[in-house]
Amino acid sequence: MAGVVLVAGLAAAQTDAKVETVPILSAGVAFVPTVEGGQTTLTSVVAPVVLVPIGDKWLVESRVTFEGDFARQDGTGPFVGPVEKEIDYAEVDYIANRYMTVTAGRFLTPFGIYNERLYPVWVRNLQTEPLILPLEESSSNGAMVRGGIPVAKNVAINYAAFFSTLSTNQYLDSDREVGGRFGLFFSRQRVEVGVSVLHKLQEDHDNYYGAHVEWQPRVVPFDIRSEYVDAPSGRGYWIEPALRLSSIHRWHPVTSRLQVVGRIQQFLPHGIPDDDELPSVNTKQAEFGFNYYIADGWRVVASTGRQFSSAGNQNVWTVGMTYRFALPLGHGGL
Amino acid sequence: MRTLGITLVMFSALFVFGAAKDGGVPASSLPASSEMVRSVGQEHDSMRLEGEQRFRTNCGRCHQAPHKFPPRMMGTIVRHMRVRAMLTDEDMKSILAYMTE
Repeated sequence: MAGVVLVAGLAAAQTDAKVETVPILSAGVAFVPTVEGGQTTLTSVVAPVVLVPIGDKWLVESRVTFEGDFARQDGTGPFVGPVEKEIDYAEVDYIANRYMTVTAGRFLTPFGIYNERLYPVWVRNLQTEPLILPLEESSSNGAMVRGGIPVAKNVAINYAAFFSTLSTNQYLDSDREVGGRFGLFFSRQRVEVGVSVLHKLQEDHDNYYGAHVEWQPRVVPFDIRSEYVDAPSGRGYWIEPALRLSSIHRWHPVTSRLQVVGRIQQFLPHGIPDDDELPSVNTKQAEFGFNYYIADGWRVVASTGRQFSSAGNQNVWTVGMTYRFALPLGHGGL
Repeated sequence: MRTLGITLVMFSALFVFGAAKDGGVPASSLPASSEMVRSVGQEHDSMRLEGEQRFRTNCGRCHQAPHKFPPRMMGTIVRHMRVRAMLTDEDMKSILAYMTE
């Protein structure tokens, strides 16, 4: 069946109108000082993205993240710290037909929605990451098929299935695993519901399960996203509503650029997690923040929240700026 | 043999479906009168509205609307987002038309 769809799409695609393209260099940049439990960290992120289209059906794309987390040495000294470098993805995409894209190389693992859709600093509503993010494998080396298919008026499914191989390279780490994500998107209601599954083909052959729901009603500039993950290390969820204040006409020059955001989340470990990025005890966190859009690509961000756990409660707050730009890398881009 | 037959029928149906979706109106059948021109204008407005709605529905779920880029840049960006956001083919074409008009 998949073969039929593939061949049919290949034939049908021959008549597609040619779309002019040009290679692009883009980047997300952030400087977000963060205070957790009184400890200040100057978080600086630069994540360049290169997009190179080839012909009508190919795309080579890559994103590398450089993140510096600088904290005071010995509590009162200068801010020092390592700069972490990671190749998030370096992949080749082939648009096989109108329903399927084949990807090979290193790609963002299609499990859950935060890692794949919301992670870039200029996209995320709150600069702090969800507690369950470490449960979502960040990147995988292998092959993947993905796409979107309209199945009825105002209903589309989206899917991604992949397998990956083991790599212990410092910048290209990956596990041997298979998995994927399946979503149903109701465009009239602007609701998406989806599930994710991941099965490790190494060590304990663990299974990971995820679910997500997103809703963006048409009548107000509001959206709410949520995600749940159950893994051997633990389980948890986050729920994140956001509201643009553009419908408030008083002080419109200000309110039209302002977005208020909240997030509640919880993580419950199954025993002692072997990942030191995960909380070791039952942890809840509530946050509230705002984003002020200065101009295209420029954004001032701030948030405050409190984390509750048996290991001790603490305040978490951030304030900073994010920026995103895109430049053509060739003739005809301007 | 029967499976092959069914496969061929499905192939033909999908091929015809795909070709019909991609095919345009022959130039000789385009309207010429002012009434028809007005009709084309309304159709253009309708397509623009459709593209804007699809942009808000698909792209606006994750990020704010960027300023429009030059057409060749938009061609690359929309291809990237087709892969990343798993846009349907129809959504991609509509959004590209809206973002490059």
